[in-house]
Amino acid sequence: MNLGEELLRIEDLSVHFFTYAGVVRAVEDLNLTVMRGEVFALVGETGCGKSITMRAVLRLVPPPGKIVKGRIIFDGIDLLKLSEEEMRKIRGSEIAMVFQDPNTALDPLFTAGYQVVETLVAHNKKVGIKDAWKRALKLFKLVDIPEAEKRLHSYPHELSGGMKQRVVISIALSLNPKLLIADEPTTALDVTIQAQILKLLKELQEKYNVTLIMITHNLGVVAEMADRVAVMYAGSIVEIADVFELFENPLHPYTRGLLGAIPSVTKRVNRLTPIPGTVPNMINPPSGCKFHPRCRYSKSICKLKKPELKEVQSGHFVACHLY
Amino acid sequence: MSLVALKSRVERWKVKNKAKIEEWKLTLRVMTMSPLALSGLIIVVLFLIIAAVGPYVAPHDPYEIDFRVMLEPPSPEHPFGTDEYGRDIFSRVLHGARISLVIGIITLSISVPIGVILGLISGYYGGIVDEIIMRLTDIFLAFPGLILAIALSVALGGGIETVMVALSMVWWPYYVRLTRGQVLSVKENLYVEAAKAIGLGDFWIMFKHILPNIISPVIVLATMDMGGVILTAAALSFIGLGARPPTPEWGRLVADGQPYFPEYWWYVFFPGMVIFLTVLGFNLLGDGIRDALDPKIRRTIEFKERG
Amino acid sequence: MTELKYYFIRRVLTFLPTLIGLTLITFVVSVMIPSNPARLWAGGIKANPEVIELIKKKYHLDEPLYMQYYYYIMNLLRGDLGTSPITHRPVILDIMTYFPATVELAIVAEILVVIIGVPLGILSALKKDSLADHIVRVFSLVGVSLPIFWLGLMLQWVFYYYLGVLPAGGRGIPPKVKYTGLYILDSLLCQDWNAFIDNLTHVIMPAFTLAYIGIGVIARITRSSILDVASADFVVFLQVKGLEKLKVLKHILKNALVPIVTMLGLEFGALLSGAVITETIFYWPGIGRYAVQGINNLDFPAIMGVTLLIGLVYIVTNLIVDLMYAAIDPRVRL
Repeated sequence: MNLGEELLRIEDLSVHFFTYAGVVRAVEDLNLTVMRGEVFALVGETGCGKSITMRAVLRLVPPPGKIVKGRIIFDGIDLLKLSEEEMRKIRGSEIAMVFQDPNTALDPLFTAGYQVVETLVAHNKKVGIKDAWKRALKLFKLVDIPEAEKRLHSYPHELSGGMKQRVVISIALSLNPKLLIADEPTTALDVTIQAQILKLLKELQEKYNVTLIMITHNLGVVAEMADRVAVMYAGSIVEIADVFELFENPLHPYTRGLLGAIPSVTKRVNRLTPIPGTVPNMINPPSGCKFHPRCRYSKSICKLKKPELKEVQSGHFVACHLY
Repeated sequence: MSLVALKSRVERWKVKNKAKIEEWKLTLRVMTMSPLALSGLIIVVLFLIIAAVGPYVAPHDPYEIDFRVMLEPPSPEHPFGTDEYGRDIFSRVLHGARISLVIGIITLSISVPIGVILGLISGYYGGIVDEIIMRLTDIFLAFPGLILAIALSVALGGGIETVMVALSMVWWPYYVRLTRGQVLSVKENLYVEAAKAIGLGDFWIMFKHILPNIISPVIVLATMDMGGVILTAAALSFIGLGARPPTPEWGRLVADGQPYFPEYWWYVFFPGMVIFLTVLGFNLLGDGIRDALDPKIRRTIEFKERG
Repeated sequence: MTELKYYFIRRVLTFLPTLIGLTLITFVVSVMIPSNPARLWAGGIKANPEVIELIKKKYHLDEPLYMQYYYYIMNLLRGDLGTSPITHRPVILDIMTYFPATVELAIVAEILVVIIGVPLGILSALKKDSLADHIVRVFSLVGVSLPIFWLGLMLQWVFYYYLGVLPAGGRGIPPKVKYTGLYILDSLLCQDWNAFIDNLTHVIMPAFTLAYIGIGVIARITRSSILDVASADFVVFLQVKGLEKLKVLKHILKNALVPIVTMLGLEFGALLSGAVITETIFYWPGIGRYAVQGINNLDFPAIMGVTLLIGLVYIVTNLIVDLMYAAIDPRVRL
C-alpha cells in the first residue's frame, strides 16, 4: 500500500491575504510531505489555515489572497511554475477536491449527472456524450447512490445532503486522480451519514490506491482514517507523525492539549483540559513560536525564535524548542 | 424645564447612546469619503436651500408679465431666458423648487407611514392578515406607476393636490413589500422571541424593537423615492395633470416651453436640467447612504481610517 | 418535467384574481370621475335632460355600484370599452388602431435595453472597480434621474435641429403590405426597403429615449447578479473540477440570468408607461399619445381604456416572466 514515494511536497509555503485591515499571514513557511498511496490527515482548529493550504495546492486561493513564497512539488513538478492552462488540466484529473458543504458545491440549475459528464468532457475532448453518461452512471453506482439511473437526472435540491456529497465524491473520482483532497467532507452532515461517507472514502481509497489528504478538526475521524497526521497551528505545521505514534506519544504541547481536550467514552477522566487562550490574530501574530502565549512550557527562547520542524524520532517531526 | 435641567438631560442621553452616535458619525464620514455620495449630499442641500429661500432671492417676480422681453435667450439680466409672456424663467425655476419639494414631502409623508405600518402588520402577524395585505398590494402593483398615477389623477380632478394623493397611492405598496421582507427576516431573531416571552405587547415589539432595526433600507428607499416622486410629478405636469399655468412647477415649465422648441431652446432646457440635477442628487445621496450602511464597505473605510 | 407543467397551471390560476383586481381598480377609478358622464356624453351643459335620462338608462348609471360593475365586466368580455365622446367612435376601435404603433416602439426599445444594457452589465462585472465599471455606474445613475420628456427633447435638438440627420417625429411610411401592423417587421417581410429605412430612422430616437432608463437599470442588475453568483461556492467547485473558463462563465451567466430576466419583464411595463410621454414628444401615433389627447380633451373612456389595456399587458408580461423563471430555475417549481 505504502510505496514509500513522495507524491506531494510542500516547501516553505507562505500565503498572505492583503486586506484593508492589514496583511493576514494565513500560511507561513509551511512544510509537509505526503507519500503516494497513504491517507494523510491535516488537523487543526478552525482558522489555522488548513483549507487555504490545500487551495494553494490547486492554485485557487481566493483574492485578496496570494501565494507569496514557496514550492509545491506534485509528482515531480513544481505546480507554482505552471501556466494557468496547464494547471487547469491538472485540476480534477490529477488532483481532485471534495468540499465541506455539499449543499453549495453543485450548480443548482443543472442535473447531477450533467455535472459529472461535463467534468469528463472537460478533460477529454474525444469522449462521446453517450459514453460519458454511461460512465457517470457507473460512478454513481460506485459511490452507492441508490436509484442511480434516476438520480442522474435529478437536480441538486432534490437530493439529500449525503447523496449530494456522494455526487461530489463521484465527480472527484471520475478521472482517477492521483491525489484526492477532502476538506472536512463530513462536517456539514448528520453523524450517521458521516460514518457512511467516511467508510465510502476509505473503501474507494483502498480500491483505487488514491492518495487521500483529509482535512479535519475532528480527532476521531483522524483515528479512524489516517495513516499519518500533521498538526497545524496558526499557519504552520507543528507536528507530523504516524497516527498511532501521535496518539500514543504526542510531543508538541498543542497536540497534547488537543488530545487532552477530547472526552473519552472508555476511560474515566475527571476534567477535560482545554487549551487556555484563543487562536492568535494573524495580522499581528505572536513573535517567535506562535503558540507560546498559550503554552505552559514556554521558555524565553520561544518568544524570540520560531522553532523549525525537526525529525525527533523516525518519521516523527516536531516544531518546538523543547526538543 | 430649566435650561440647566435640559442640558443635563441631553448630556445623559448622549452618554447612554454613545455607541449609536459613534455609528452615525461613522456613517456620515463614510458617506463623505465617496465623491459621488458627497456630490449627492451637496446637491440635495442646495435644493433644500433654494426651496426654502428661492422665492425671496429671485431677481424677478415669476408672474410678472413684460411683453418687451418675450422669448429672449439667456442673458445676465435673465440667466435662463424669458418665456412667451416675458417672465423670467430663472425666477420661475427658483419658485418651482419649493413646489417640487412640497409635492415630494407630502406624497412620501402619506405613503411611507402607510406602507411601513402595513408592512409591519403583514410581516409580524402573517396568516390571513398577511394574505389580504399582500393581495391588496399586488393589485396596486399590477399597474406600472405612471399609468396608475395618470388614471387616479384624472379621476380625482387633476390639480396638484390630487396629483399628490395619486402619487401616494402609487408609492405605498413598495414600502409594504420592503418592510414586510425586513420584518420576516428579523422576526426569527432571538430578541423578538425574548420580548414576547417577557410579555411585551405586539405593537410595542413592532414599533420599539423591530422597526428601529429595519429602518435603514426604508430611509434609503425614501431618499431615492424623493427624486422619483419629483420626477413623476414633473412628468404628470408635462402631460397636463397637476400644476396648472401659471404655476411654475418644473414639469409644467417644460410643457409650456415645448411649443417653442427647438428654436427657443432655453425655455425647455433649463427647467428640465434642474429636474435632472435634483433627482440625480437624491439618487446619489440614496446610493451613498446605502453604501455607507453596507457593513462590508463601512468596515473597510473604518480600517482605512484607523491605519 | 411534469412539475413544470403543474407550476404553469398553478401560476395561471393565480393570474385570474389579479386580473379581476385590475378590473376592479379601473372600475373604481372610473366611477370616481367627478363630472357627470351622462351629461358630458350628451353634449355638455346644453344637453337635453331627456337625452341625459336616455344615456343614464343605456349605460346603467342609475343602478347600484355592484350592478354597474357587472355590466362593466360583461362589456369588457364583449370587447366594449365604451364610446369616446370626442371621436364618437368605440374606444376599442381607436385603441386597436393605435396599439400596433406602441407595440412596435416598445419592442424596439426592449431590444435596445437588452443589447446595450446586458453587455454593459457583463463588462462592468468582469472589470469590477475599473474605470469602465465606474462609467457604467454613473451612466445608470444618470439614466434613472433623467426626465424622459427632457431627454427626448434634447435628442430632438441634437439630431433633428442641429445635425439634421433624423426626423423630428412621426412614424415612418407604411410598407406596401401590412401583415402585423408593425411597420419595421412588415417592410422587412415584403422587402420594401424604402419603407424599412424610413421606419428605422423614425423609430430610433423615440425608442432610444424610451430605453434609456431601462438600459441603466438592467446594466446594474446584470452586474450585481453576476458578481453575486461569481462568489458562490459552486463556482469554486467548477474551477476545482478543472473546467475551462468559458464553461465556468456559462454556469455563472445561467445562474445570474434569473433576476435579469425578471427585471427585463418588469421593464416592459415601465416602457409602456414611458411610451405615454415619449409618444407625445415624438408625435408617435400610439395609444400613449391617444391617452394624453384624452387627458387634454377630458375623454374619460379613452383614458380608462388605455389604462386597462396597459395594466393587462403588464400583468400578462409578469406572468410570462414568472413562467420563464420556472423554466430556468428548477427550484421554483416546487
